[in-house]
Amino acid sequence: MSQSAAEPIEPILTRNFGRPDSHTLTAYRETGGYTGWAKALALEPAAITDAVKRSNLRGLGGAGFPTGTKWSFVPKGHAGPIYLVINADEGEPGTVKDRYLLERDPHALIEGMLIAARAIGSRLAFVYVRGEYVAPWRRFSAAVREAYDAGYLGRGLDVVVHRGAGAYICGEETGLISSLEGRKGWPKLKPPFPAIKGAFGAPTIVNNVETICQVPHIVNRGPEWFAALGTQTQGGTRLYSVSGRVRRSGVYEASVGVTLRQLIYEHAGGVTGNGRLKAVVPGGASAAILRADEIDVTMDVDGLRNAGTMAGSAGVIVMDETVSIPDALRVVARFYAHESCGQCTPCRETTGWIYRMTERIVEGRGRKEDLDTILDVARRGTGTTICAFYDGAVGPYISYIEKFRAEFEALIPHA
Amino acid sequence: MTPSRPQFTPEQQAEVRRLQGLYPDPQGALLPVLHLAQDVFGYISEEVEEYVAGLFGLAPAHVHEVVTFYTMYFREPKGRHIVSVCHNLSCHLAGAPGILDHLRRRLGIEPGGTTDDGRVTLLAVECLCACEMAPMLQVDDRYEGNLTPETVDRLIDQLQ
Ligand SMILES: Cc1cc2nc3c(=O)[nH]c(=O)nc-3n(C[C@H](O)[C@H](O)[C@H](O)COP(=O)(O)O)c2cc1C
Ligand code: SF4
Ligand code: FES
Repeated sequence: MSQSAAEPIEPILTRNFGRPDSHTLTAYRETGGYTGWAKALALEPAAITDAVKRSNLRGLGGAGFPTGTKWSFVPKGHAGPIYLVINADEGEPGTVKDRYLLERDPHALIEGMLIAARAIGSRLAFVYVRGEYVAPWRRFSAAVREAYDAGYLGRGLDVVVHRGAGAYICGEETGLISSLEGRKGWPKLKPPFPAIKGAFGAPTIVNNVETICQVPHIVNRGPEWFAALGTQTQGGTRLYSVSGRVRRSGVYEASVGVTLRQLIYEHAGGVTGNGRLKAVVPGGASAAILRADEIDVTMDVDGLRNAGTMAGSAGVIVMDETVSIPDALRVVARFYAHESCGQCTPCRETTGWIYRMTERIVEGRGRKEDLDTILDVARRGTGTTICAFYDGAVGPYISYIEKFRAEFEALIPHA
Repeated sequence: MTPSRPQFTPEQQAEVRRLQGLYPDPQGALLPVLHLAQDVFGYISEEVEEYVAGLFGLAPAHVHEVVTFYTMYFREPKGRHIVSVCHNLSCHLAGAPGILDHLRRRLGIEPGGTTDDGRVTLLAVECLCACEMAPMLQVDDRYEGNLTPETVDRLIDQLQ
């Protein structure tokens, strides 16, 4: 770690965000766009993957898996097609960053896709944009047309922009693949992993928008530079979406080693409501909640894992002391109950049941034993389901109740 | 609204074939073609499901399963405008319940309902990933944020 996380970092992903024409090819080229691609053309595919490995780039879609390592799972010398799929199905509550990238820097994604496709040997890439993102979809599609006209696309890589139709679970990579294949977005059992057998039965690399937007900079300025922006085990900067009870909600770029305290008090300008922090969700709704005394943590994958939560999608949701945690859990539980794809019994049944229980508690009809029953039932299903959706739901169920138990008990008659 | 035997125009049929040609397996175009069908026919009736199934050589039951899985396909006539209010956590913290109540009263319908004049369908939806502008809603293709009852009224007034 060559840089203290407290030092402001030069904007990388956001360097063009202030320009009104930042989405155009002209603006992108004027700020050094497509020079990473020019450099990548002179590199062997394996050398690109190796650079990404050395950069310590970790997936920014939620799971934090090392990107170069994932790319290296594509079978060597594979004869048939290999697909690159970009996950632009942004749906994790609290997360808005991919929308900013699609609208304000679409060519960065295209350039990153060119480089990634060269690394993994793909000639056809899909960008799966969530159905509700109509404006970002139009913006990105226009950039793809520009890139075809300029000859970046269509000479070795074709890009299909695909629209989803409303379903959070299609953000999960195998659910996304099912949906891309023209089916309901049911996640698939792994193994086989997509890198071996993914979309349309072919080896497929699924990466998040922001992950791929980092790649041109890694090639341009070198993996060592990128790695040094972050921590020992994760390189670079990332985009933090900050919302809830803060003075300045928005998207902030900072090192992956920035602290949660810095994000809340420096970037987002501090807490609103009664001005006193009560709790914060650090990585999208599926991350376990932290109390006000737990915010001196770095936001990298390992930092937040050690704090018992996760970096996830870096969606930071801030709650001041006036927020009711049981009521917040009711809202989050309603979301999981609505979005479970229904394929696995524990997930389908438990998400619905816990929503009804939290509603009952918030309405003052809870029973003394309810909290322990919820904790017990929630824990029982973990690790048994087809995808990580259910474990993502359990994070909030358990952490909200364990960390704010007295507040739940206060709502239960005779507790 | 949907004729009993839905039919794309020749241009729309060409668009279907173009979309199908983009995927290694034409079935990949099912979601995009359903979006097109909804734009053209207003909603996805059983007849539209059967028609689209025919375009793909798929069982109507498969198309039905897909249509009902996603939230953006309507199975009944919808209003001329869709107003989707986000009620997930960040919007909730920023006052989404008040916005939703205001719309309930103003439009005289519950989420899921359509006004008698067919002008607006009101929905309560999960996070639209614009939490930085909470409370927010989507009106047709557009996101509108930092809502107050007054700005909501102005938005509704503008809908024909
Ligand atoms: C329930 C669920 C929802 C997810 N939603 C998203 C999403 O909206 N966007 C995203 O990029 N990844 C999402 N993921 C993570 C993807 O499965 C996958 O790890 C990611 O797209 C890989 O890209 P990355 O390695 O570049 O992060 C989700 C995972 C789960 C379990
Ligand atoms: S864990 Fe839940 S969302 Fe994931 S496949 Fe099973 S039922 Fe579907
Ligand atoms: S919570 Fe409403 S847009 Fe995210």
